[in-house]
Amino acid sequence: MRDIAVVAFSQSACVADIGAVNEVELIMPQLQAVYAQVGLSSAQDVDFVCSGSCDYLQGAAFAFVAGVDALGAVPPLKESHVEMDAAWALYEAVLKIRTGHADSALLYGFGKSSPGELPAVLSQRLDPYYLAPLWLDTVSLAALQARMLLDSGSITESDMAAVVSRSRQNAQANPLAQLAGDIGVAALLQDDYLLAPLRRGDCAPVSDGAAAMIIATVEQARRWGVPYARLTGIDQRIESHNPCMRDLTDSVSTRQAAAAAGVHEAALDVAEIYAPFSHQEIILTRALGLDEAIAVNPSGGVLAGNLMMASGLARVGEVFQRIVNGDARRGVAHATSGPCLQHNLVAVLEGA
Amino acid sequence: MSTARPDVTGIEAPVYLHYHFTAGTAPARFLVRLREGLLSGQRCPRCAKVYIPARGSCPACGVPTTEEVLLPDRGTVQSFTIVHIPIPGNPIEPPYVVANIVLDGANISFIHLLSDCVNEAVRIGQRVEAVWRPPEEWDYAMDNIRHFRPLDEPDVPVERIGTLPVSGPAVPR
Amino acid sequence: MAITEKLSQEFELGFTYTRSTGPVVGRFLTGLRDGRVLGIRGSDGRVLVPPPEYDPVTAEALSDWVEVGQEGTVVSWCWVSEPRASHPLQQPFAWVMVRLDGADVPMIHCLQAPSAEAVSTGARVRVTWVAEPRGHITDIRCFVPVPGGVS
Repeated sequence: MRDIAVVAFSQSACVADIGAVNEVELIMPQLQAVYAQVGLSSAQDVDFVCSGSCDYLQGAAFAFVAGVDALGAVPPLKESHVEMDAAWALYEAVLKIRTGHADSALLYGFGKSSPGELPAVLSQRLDPYYLAPLWLDTVSLAALQARMLLDSGSITESDMAAVVSRSRQNAQANPLAQLAGDIGVAALLQDDYLLAPLRRGDCAPVSDGAAAMIIATVEQARRWGVPYARLTGIDQRIESHNPCMRDLTDSVSTRQAAAAAGVHEAALDVAEIYAPFSHQEIILTRALGLDEAIAVNPSGGVLAGNLMMASGLARVGEVFQRIVNGDARRGVAHATSGPCLQHNLVAVLEGA
Repeated sequence: MSTARPDVTGIEAPVYLHYHFTAGTAPARFLVRLREGLLSGQRCPRCAKVYIPARGSCPACGVPTTEEVLLPDRGTVQSFTIVHIPIPGNPIEPPYVVANIVLDGANISFIHLLSDCVNEAVRIGQRVEAVWRPPEEWDYAMDNIRHFRPLDEPDVPVERIGTLPVSGPAVPR
Repeated sequence: MAITEKLSQEFELGFTYTRSTGPVVGRFLTGLRDGRVLGIRGSDGRVLVPPPEYDPVTAEALSDWVEVGQEGTVVSWCWVSEPRASHPLQQPFAWVMVRLDGADVPMIHCLQAPSAEAVSTGARVRVTWVAEPRGHITDIRCFVPVPGGVS
């Protein structure tokens, strides 16, 4: 099997409302940044392009098609799109490269969630007969999940606040974060409930932005002569869309994907986890089998800024940057999609 | 059976989502100029092609575009169709002509109405100019131009459509 | 010249779809219209409400129908202090996961209650119906607490 290298990554700042910026203008700076990291001039210099986005976020039908205007598709490109987080665009590109259909790929994800009412928009992903007509929003679903964990005694509200506190503290070193600061558990617990048992801090903010990445075979990365991290494992698993058919206090799909990606075949020093709600980080940390020695979400994670459709790819990008910078030798990145951690992807990155 | 009503075989599943749309930087510039009675495009820094309306990139080269190019309101029919069927929500009475029009100095067409013409005489290469609404009616909208109408000028050969230079000053009408 | 004007506009995106229900969903919704809650038995013996069309374990088509009770037990809940315009209740309410009597998995619907303090995991609740059911999940208007009921 062909070894794969992550060679470039760029992410925009997470902002609550990016204002007068369209899809193209959102994506373009990140594409230019990853081209510059590798020394490419355009998407014509890679073999395959794949993006992740969701038109319902900004309410613009076929917005992802407009995204192609950022690429320069003359002559035409080999292009694909997933209507989900760009971490799954990465997965598609990895398959493409491993099967010998490409040596390199450009990936990007973007989301402008500010124009809509994100939790309500996402409610329409649910079962169209039984749940979507109730407009059961994502924050409410996460709150039902948190209650089950609290009732089971496996977490406390203080544990949830501790996740938020660490996110905000870590985000102080992340200039792209939307929420950062030195705030302790006691102060967080004094906040009113947003949607009991969740407080506002337990929920990722809504952010606008984009991220891009370039991957290639290790041979191609060496030809380009750029620092890289090896992507040694990647796997993704999905569970029932019906939250009532799952054990919401665990993430079986994450556990399976982690085993298949080889997370524990060697020691880890960093983990970037896509947990849009504080209690979900605890579920995922347990499902991934991470111990205390591993730095979890040193970027602050998505509780500090959540780029819908790009945050999953950004988790991989965060681990890549830490490895290339020499801050870590081996790390795990996780992405999620769907209500209450329905669908999970796990990737393992190692130093060259 | 407690009821004689037929079994349920379908449901109404309406979905209404509400958004607060904000135009991007490039489209906003196009619309602000349009409100001033001006047609504003952008030139690609790499291939020099001029796009109107611009999205902020050259879709051919994949590079950002920032240079503004003001264009005259005269152009050439690149393609057209004669609409004979009523379109729901469209107040215009058929038959009418919808044309792809390339402004002089632009390298890409946009779609607009072609009127004040003999429909059967409309042809590719035909020269046209904008008929503007009165300035007091101008908004951030393409229908500040009521329609295009034929110009009494020689047709443009097909191979030259979309390659003409700017033909005159861009001035508010 | 820099153009700094920010152009924004409200708009509504509408999808006026109808959906075919198929034999399983259609029978469940027909049951709701007639004031009954129907479940379906899966290959592992569990009674599933609302009924899936295919077995969650074996993916076999399911057809072993079971009518379940209209009272049940709260498995989880959350409190919506500020309902959204699209939510089924416009007063503060709870979302509840309720395991109906005779069912083995919970279902999610809304619960009308005076305050969060009136809701708890394990509480007994029952279905209330709209005045004119039509064969839709919202024929169940909401759940309400069963007085004095804690399982």
